[in-house]
Amino acid sequence: MDIFNVALPALLEALTLIFTLDHIGWLVVGVLLGLAVGVFPGLGGIAGLSLVLPFIYGMDPVSGLAMMVGLVAVIPTSDTFASVLMGIPGSSASQATVLDGFPLAKNGEAARALAAAFTSSLFGGLFGAVVLTFFVVIARPIVLAFGLPELLMLTLLGLSMVGVLAGNSLLKGVIGACLGLVVGSIGEAPAQGSSRMDFGSWYLMDGFQLVIIGLGIFAIPEIISLLRQDRAISKSGELGSGWMVGVRDWWDNIWLSIRCSTIGVIVGVIPGLGGSVVDWIAYGHTMQTAKDKSQFGKGDIRGVIGPESSNNAKEGGGLVPTLLFGIPGSGSMAVFIGGMILLGYDAGPQMVTNDLPITYTVVWSLALANVVGAGLCLFLSGGIARLTTIRFPLLVPFLFMMIAFAAFQSKQTLWDLTALVLISILGIFMRRFEWPRPAFLIGFVLASQAEVYTYQAFQIASTKFKRGAEVGFDYILSPIVITLIIITVVSVWLGAKQSAAIRPPSEERVWNKSPSVIFTLVIAVFLFITLIDALLIDVMIDKVFPATVAGVALVATLLLLLQMRQQPATSPVFYDGEVASEDAKAPHGLWPMLSWFLSLLVLTGLFGFVIALAIFFVTFLKLHAKVSWLRTLILTVGGVGALIFIAYMLNRDFPPGLLQSFTELPWPLSGR
Amino acid sequence: MNNLRRLINKALLGMAVGTLSLGISTSALAETDFTDKTIEWVIPFSEGGGSDKWARFYAPLLSEQLPGKPTVVVKNMPGAGSTKGANWFAERAKNDGLTILGTSGSTQFPFLLGDPRVKFKYSDWPIVLASSTGGVAYLPAELGAKWKEDPKSIMGTNFIFGSQGATRLDLIPLLAWELLGMKVDPVFGIKGRGDGRLMFERGEANIDYQTSSAFLSKVMPLVDEGKAVPIMTWGALDDDSNIVRDPTFPDIPTFKEVYEQVKGEEPSGPAWEAWKAFFIAGFPAQKMVMLPKDTDQEIVDTYSDAFKAVTQQDDFKAKSEKLLGVYEQVTGKKAASFKKLGTEVEPETVAWVKDWLGERYGVKLK
Repeated sequence: MDIFNVALPALLEALTLIFTLDHIGWLVVGVLLGLAVGVFPGLGGIAGLSLVLPFIYGMDPVSGLAMMVGLVAVIPTSDTFASVLMGIPGSSASQATVLDGFPLAKNGEAARALAAAFTSSLFGGLFGAVVLTFFVVIARPIVLAFGLPELLMLTLLGLSMVGVLAGNSLLKGVIGACLGLVVGSIGEAPAQGSSRMDFGSWYLMDGFQLVIIGLGIFAIPEIISLLRQDRAISKSGELGSGWMVGVRDWWDNIWLSIRCSTIGVIVGVIPGLGGSVVDWIAYGHTMQTAKDKSQFGKGDIRGVIGPESSNNAKEGGGLVPTLLFGIPGSGSMAVFIGGMILLGYDAGPQMVTNDLPITYTVVWSLALANVVGAGLCLFLSGGIARLTTIRFPLLVPFLFMMIAFAAFQSKQTLWDLTALVLISILGIFMRRFEWPRPAFLIGFVLASQAEVYTYQAFQIASTKFKRGAEVGFDYILSPIVITLIIITVVSVWLGAKQSAAIRPPSEERVWNKSPSVIFTLVIAVFLFITLIDALLIDVMIDKVFPATVAGVALVATLLLLLQMRQQPATSPVFYDGEVASEDAKAPHGLWPMLSWFLSLLVLTGLFGFVIALAIFFVTFLKLHAKVSWLRTLILTVGGVGALIFIAYMLNRDFPPGLLQSFTELPWPLSGR
Repeated sequence: MNNLRRLINKALLGMAVGTLSLGISTSALAETDFTDKTIEWVIPFSEGGGSDKWARFYAPLLSEQLPGKPTVVVKNMPGAGSTKGANWFAERAKNDGLTILGTSGSTQFPFLLGDPRVKFKYSDWPIVLASSTGGVAYLPAELGAKWKEDPKSIMGTNFIFGSQGATRLDLIPLLAWELLGMKVDPVFGIKGRGDGRLMFERGEANIDYQTSSAFLSKVMPLVDEGKAVPIMTWGALDDDSNIVRDPTFPDIPTFKEVYEQVKGEEPSGPAWEAWKAFFIAGFPAQKMVMLPKDTDQEIVDTYSDAFKAVTQQDDFKAKSEKLLGVYEQVTGKKAASFKKLGTEVEPETVAWVKDWLGERYGVKLK
């Protein structure tokens, strides 16, 4: 296609459409809605888009698109607030941001971290739009070059990041990732629908949702730990460097930001991977290319810049499969396509021929929305960062409320909360014994891709080989596959070198062996059950993956246990956060604090979520935070009221309890 | 505890139904009016799927035509391939006309195949709308050219087909191709038909099918470029429930015609009966709107009329063509007959399908 004769006029047409008062007005409406929704973890773009869809119908197409794009574009920006300030991964796009963003907030540098994150987001978004403008016209053949072997290799590359993120024990990293893969394969098998590890439960049949895993593995363990220490998120109770420093940090790392944005666009463009791994790949890349790696995970600003640059660039890249192939990269993109149809546009190849101006309108609206959204967030970040200086117990009821509500968006039953508690306990112990939690998460996110691509690539390759060895090798060893293999090998090699470079904690310590060993044994038992369950599956193709992974993980676990047997009690393998970390000096114990969260679950089971929440707010604020009745009342009404308002606006329900099955109550008390 | 709750729920529901039916005798005469009411349209699938788009397309139109112009909101309740939401509707939805259900082929198939998780009965529910669709199978250019000359010449080809699972809507193409004697290896595990099309475009799969609207917007460009050749549609139902050419694709032969061409005889026997039954459930009666059990006839009629009014609007055809294809949107008696055809299948036919699934794909259905 003649880029200049076709693309340029289309681009100009799009720009004249975009820069009208009407268009920008609707775009800002979308951005504001997106910000409001995105701040709530777990809700994300789907809820926001569903909210506006009823109004889309009958709107002028360009205005409608502007509103939808504005809304979608700011979700990966606004969810950064929760990731950095509270350690809650707002959506799959901001999970890696938690790793360094939250420690920065704890060091009193929340404003700096937020500013760096938003500047990176802004840059990534613009970068994505620029690249896309040229790329979208020629994208189709390139996207089609990514067949199953290529997708499989990309998945493996994502998994290889485990090596980089494993910390001081590669074995724990491998087991963690396998554990994630196993948990990710719970429920109906993707190929033939055999049930796996669901024990006849309705809830497990559909598997766990990412929200639950992200909240349970990252957010709750951190929140419980802070609650035990009874202080503000910021250690000093104050805000250190301001947002200007963050912007300068980004400028100092501009090349990192460019590289990570490139990664974001590329991964986003490829259909089938989704955005779920892009931030991890970017984070791994950031670590690998950094000279001084000692601060990663403890508050390195680069750990924020990398993933945040990539996740907004990915949104732009993700438009390619969405618009050109009608294959949405995420749930919100799926709803986006639905909205486009309501406006009279269907995704497909014609989007770069007949409808190219519309495509460019979407692309550049995305860029503009990024500017508006990130600018607004940047403006707000200084103020919102003050949350980290508030006494933590005052925040806890709000955090628990947000987390429980977010978890409940998963399947809208009480079991969401139960699952969250169970996963949280796993997360708390993984944190305590320094098992790499990112490894678990990467495994979980990639589970179904890893399984499906392996099986599909294998099956198609075997029929190609039947036609001839040359055809077969052409298929499985394309230039892209070979390139990806090289990248993966180098990445693993670098990762292995790094884990050797990361020194064990300098202070010598004699650990108590048994807690670590017991936890490892519990994991081994779980893996064993998974293996048995997998072996009992009838259909071969549904059995192979979980059985293999569980088998590998079991061997690794046995090796770890062997290691534990042989090594002296001073080995870092026995690391125990209850003795070594700041938790050791915490004034409150683990279980009493966790039982606060449990109480919310039990109360919800009895009275439904809204009543339970009110009781929880009052009890917690009076008994634990020890604030006056007046403040208790204000905070309770404010918190519960805000939640009801949001649920009402978004047409969401609350989990009902036993009470609701006896009596008819009006909404919001009714649940459903 | 769950059982206890279910029991309590049932008891409550029973009581509610009891009191309502007492009330109905007096209130039935009153005009149905939904002023200031909110109607929840339960879609047992997640946001962004085909059924979700379908419901969101209809929701504002339905709202305009119902008396009192209530707000119609789409409520997604995904789980267990839509069985969960449909079960919820059967057990919990009140028959006051404020909750309606949209089902699809994926809801009907587990019901037809006797999935033990299914706790609902289609016969309980009054139907107020059925939306038909069709499906088109296509081949890559080279194979397509040979097929055009003589389908029999490529029956021995090793076909690869990206499939969502043998017990899903893909049962229809898989069974059709098998009846023709084609050797098709399904590659399972794709997440939607879009993925299957992508596999085809990448040259990994060499046979595929799409439902009508997706075929029109995403495969037609390939056909125009000479990269794909449509070979058969599944057909459509005429007023007497015979399979005829698909009105959207009048130039493409139906599977039935291709069968006659290849085998030299009309299709018959249990395999054909099974194909036909599941085809009807999967395509002509693919999406249906249901009201809860024992809903007052007045309310049912109100909905029926409202949907009828929607589909008879002047600009409806133009609006719906893009999303739904040029198929009839069926209301009233015809919708009821579609529902009957799509949800009532002879036990022998079901048994045949189950045996076939087990033998051919190792799927054991309880």
